[in-house]
Formats: sequence, structure tokens, C-alpha cells
Amino acid sequence: MRKFFGVAAVVLIALALTVVLYNIYNEDVSTTDDKLKVGFIYIGPPGDHGWTYQHDQGRKALEESLGSKVDTVFVENVPESQDAERTITRLAREGAGLIFTTSFGYMEPTIKVAEKFPEVKFEHATGYMQADNVSTYSARFYEGRYVIGQIAAKMSKTGTAGYIGSFPIPEVVRGINSFLLGAQSVNPDFKLKVVWVNSWFDPGKEADAAKVLISQGADVITQHTDSTGPVQVAEEQGVFAFGQASDMSAFAPKALLTSIVNNWGDYYIDRTQAVMDGTWESGDTFGGMSANMVNMADFINMPADVKAMAEKTTAAITSGDLHPFSGPIYKQDGSLAVDAGEVLDIGTMLGMNWYVKGVDDQL
Amino acid sequence: MIDYEAIMLTIITASTPLLLAAIGELVVERSGVLNLGLEGMMVMGAVAGFAMAQVTGSAWLGVLMAMFAGVAMSLLFAFLTQTLVTNQVATGLSITLLGLGLSGLIGSGFVGVPGVKLESVSIPVLSDLSYVGTLVFGQDPLVYISIILVIGVSYTLKRTRTGLIIRAVGQNHNSAHALGYSVIKVRYACIAFGGMTSGLAGAYLSLVYTPQWIENMTAGRGWIALALVVFSTWLPGRLAAGAYLFGGVWILGLYAQGMGVPIPSQLLSSLPYVATIIALILISTNRRLSVINTPASLGQGFVPDR
Repeated sequence: MRKFFGVAAVVLIALALTVVLYNIYNEDVSTTDDKLKVGFIYIGPPGDHGWTYQHDQGRKALEESLGSKVDTVFVENVPESQDAERTITRLAREGAGLIFTTSFGYMEPTIKVAEKFPEVKFEHATGYMQADNVSTYSARFYEGRYVIGQIAAKMSKTGTAGYIGSFPIPEVVRGINSFLLGAQSVNPDFKLKVVWVNSWFDPGKEADAAKVLISQGADVITQHTDSTGPVQVAEEQGVFAFGQASDMSAFAPKALLTSIVNNWGDYYIDRTQAVMDGTWESGDTFGGMSANMVNMADFINMPADVKAMAEKTTAAITSGDLHPFSGPIYKQDGSLAVDAGEVLDIGTMLGMNWYVKGVDDQL
Repeated sequence: MIDYEAIMLTIITASTPLLLAAIGELVVERSGVLNLGLEGMMVMGAVAGFAMAQVTGSAWLGVLMAMFAGVAMSLLFAFLTQTLVTNQVATGLSITLLGLGLSGLIGSGFVGVPGVKLESVSIPVLSDLSYVGTLVFGQDPLVYISIILVIGVSYTLKRTRTGLIIRAVGQNHNSAHALGYSVIKVRYACIAFGGMTSGLAGAYLSLVYTPQWIENMTAGRGWIALALVVFSTWLPGRLAAGAYLFGGVWILGLYAQGMGVPIPSQLLSSLPYVATIIALILISTNRRLSVINTPASLGQGFVPDR
């Protein structure tokens, strides 16, 4: 009897391990020699309906467009640690010719692995370290944030919006500033409250932050975190919200005004084609609406005049007539950051570590 | 304008999943078993509850299914640790890993689908009272269940024969066995109870807190619940106080940020943990307090002599 139980236990544990391993490494490793193998490293699950979801949509677009010539593989839920280096190495060793690493924290692992595999091309999202075989790419999400800032100022009754931040890094600070500049272009007295949750993804904490902001008088909620928690709270409490990274309208059909949608597909197709043609070169891409890397979802739940304004602003940013960081821009302490008639330089924008005037928070 | 009621409501929602998971674990540990699989049982409860509610359209069936899933996971743990007498720490950890993996697999078809929310109860007239109306009479049903569970567990452990047996088994399983109690059966029952409340905690996350299924949505809450059990020195009343303290400090940290209080957000985020550590230090300086309720057989396997 004991023996039977022993065997049963071994079988159970083996089964458990299989399931766990399957879930961690459920990528397709089969490959044929004539196809280019393209690898993707994801920080979250493709089903997060946010950041990773959009990268996976990009991967699917790539498959659809060049499917006969490429094989794509992805690894999800890769922590920004030693695991990242190990996983990237494994993809390179298994014959991937091009690897996209899609989170800021993969920067150093990517550079390290790239040194060991000079023949493999690497593309790192949102970072700043490049090498002969490492490119960086990011999107100008702040362009979308300017548009939603304007909408927020039109739709808010209290004149206060709540902003749920992940980590106070330049990328997020830039979004906050752009949002408020957009809002102030409509209502110069518009106020913005910021709550940091110190996480990219924690549905519960993000929802808590949304509740706190609403209780403090914000009637429009926007977020720079990845889950749909906050928009659900907005729906429940009858305030407005904006979707992040992908169209979240299914989660808040009455509360959602629009979403900023990241579109990586075109970029992934271009870069993969370049590798196949032998024209790939290391570089830095920072594309926005004009490059079709940032899109706005449908403008819903708003009066026609607000919708018209949002569409006009989107068109102006796309055509280059409007730059969200056009002077005069004042910092929080009142000093002038950008002179009238000028546009903020890209270096300052990429390293942004100060708030514009009107943000109710300290960095 | 400060909306105290809204803050209190938010604190309660943040604390309830911790309290639900921890109250079950408290009973498990009182019976002398250390189940580190809390996170795994919670996340299985979350996915099973969400899936059931989604398929049937009934949040209550989802809650039942979540309890069932939690119990199923806990019985696997019980079988391994009680019948096969495997190491409890290792088994608990593998239950957590199994739960996180398996829930991702089960839930893959439910990602990105808006969920069914368990509606709050609302007693007419009473829940319209200002300040305390919604707070006392308008919560979601699981909040009331969590409070009933705390009172029930406290009463059972302290005042009933069942509680006495559970405590005896946890204090000294050999003596309990010699007195004729079936140590293994008692522990099976306690572990299943722990699985049930963990499943409920999972259901709270996927049906009330944020009605949706996302992989890893427990985000470490199982571990916090485990810490709360130690923090409470195995007393249900203190456990409830600890859970609300943790939730309260966390929400007030967010609140202070929204008010523009010039304290770094990273520091505010770590406040709940700091508060827990301080409380643990205060408890451990009083040796009598820390030793008196600690189950003496905690984490030890029991093999009856035949």
C-alpha cells in the first residue's frame, strides 16, 4: 500500500511539474532551416489586455504578413533578472535570428547576450543602450496622452483628474506632463492628482488607487499601469476613464472615453524584413502617431464637439502641426522650461524628471 | 472635503481577501500543519470562481466553485503531507507553484473577458444612513462572511470541544493520538477548511475586488496572509485587527499621495510592511505572548504507531 502511494505521489508531482513547466515554456521550439526565427520576450502574459497583449498583437501581425518566411516564438512572464539573460541566451542558441525584448528591465541582459551572439540581431523596447547588433525602439505614447488630457478637461466637472502611475521614471513622468499640458490647453486651471502604485501590474492595487483618487474629487481617471482594474472602478463609480496600451472599452462600456493603443505590428514587420534583406542596421526608433505606432481607439461616451476636438488634435499631432511639448512650458516651481515658440528637445524629453506647473505631487 | 466612508470602504475591500485567506490558515496552523500553498489555493479559487460565474452568469455559483477548487487543492496537500507524510514546507511551496501554473492554463480562455460582479447587499433605509450606512449595511456579502468566520473560528477554538481537540492535535499530536483522537482526520478537516477560505479569498479577488481574470492576480497576497497569521500569534481577533491595519496603512499611503503629502511614494508603499515588522517586534519582545499560542507541533509530520 505504501509503495502504491509512493508511486502515486511521484506521478502527481511529475504531473504538477509538467503543467508548471508547460506554462512557463509554452513556446513552439520547432523550426525549419530556411525560415527566419524571430523571438519575443514578454514581461507579462499575452492575455494582460495591455502592454504585452499589444506586443503579441504585433507578433501576430508579423506572422500574418511574413508567415511563410518567418517562425515566431515567444516566452511570457520573464522576470527582469538573471532569468531574462538565460531566456534570451536560450532563444539565441536555438537559432533565432532576430530577438525583440519588450520591457525596459531587459536592457542590460539584452546587451550582455548580444555580445556573445554577434550574428543575432536584437531589438530592445524603451531602453537607451545600443550596440552594433542591438537597436532600441519606443513609441511616443505622450502624443496620445495630450489628446486624452484635452478630453479629460472637457468632460470633468470637478476640474480634477486622477493619474495612476507605475514608477516615477522619465517615460511615465513625460506622460503625466503631456496629459496635463493637453488638459491645460482647454482649462488652464485644471488639476491633476497622482498616485504611484510602484508596480506595472497589480489589478487590486491599481483599483485601490482609482478609488482613493475618486474619493478625493477626481472624476476622470487615467493610468500608466497595465491592468484593467482602474477602468472597472471608474465604471462602477460613474466617473470617466481612459484605456492604456490597448482598447479597454469592453471593461467599461459607459466610463471609457477612448484608449491609447500601442501598435507594434508595422515596426516588427519592417525590422524583420530588413533582417531578411540584409539591410538591418542598429538604430533608435521613437515613433508616434505619424509612424502609426500610437493610435487612438474610438472616441466614445462624449458629446460631438469634444469628439471633434479630439479628432482634430489627433490629426494635428499626426501631421506634425502640433507638438505636445511646445512652449511656453513652466515647471512646477514656476521657472520657464521651454520658451514660447520652441519645442522641447528630445534629450530633455527622454530624461524628463520634473513636473509641469499644476501637478499636485512631488517627484 | 474628505469622504471618510469611501476611505473606510476601500480599506475593507483591500483587507478582506487577506482576512479570508488568513483565518483558514490560522485553523490549519492551530492543528499543527503549516500550509505554504495559500497563494496557489487562492489563485485556483480566483480562476475557478471567475470561470464558473462567466459560464453560468451567476456570481454565487462562482463563489461555490471557488470554494470547491480551494478545497480540492488543499486535499491534494493533505494527501501528500498527512497520508504520505511528505515535508510540509516543500509540499506547500509546490502547491503554490502548481496553482499558479494550472490556473494560468485553465484561465487562458478567460483572459480579457469582463467578469460578473458579486452584487453588494443593500438593506433599504439602513444603508442610506450617512457616514455608517454603506459601511455597516451595504457591503458585499463576502465581507460579512469573513467577519462571521472570524467570530465563528474564535468561538470554536476557545469555547467548544472541537476547538479543544484541534488545539490538542496542534500542541502535541502524540498525546492527542494516545487519547484516542484521530490526528490525521482532524488535520485533514482543518486543511480542507483552510482550502475553502483560501478559495473564498480568491473569489473575492476575481468576483468583487476586480471582476476579471488575470494570471497571477493574487500578486503575493497569499504570502501576506501567511505573515498575518504569525503576526496575530494565532488569535482570530488579532488576525482581524492585523488584516485591517495592513489594509488601512496601505490605503492611507495611497491617500496621502493623492493629497500631495511630500513623502516619497516608495516609502509609503513599504509602510504596511514596516508596520507589520514593528508589530512583530513588539510581540516578540513579550516572550510569554509569543510562545503561549504557538502550536508546538507546527510543521511536524505525524505517523501513528500501529
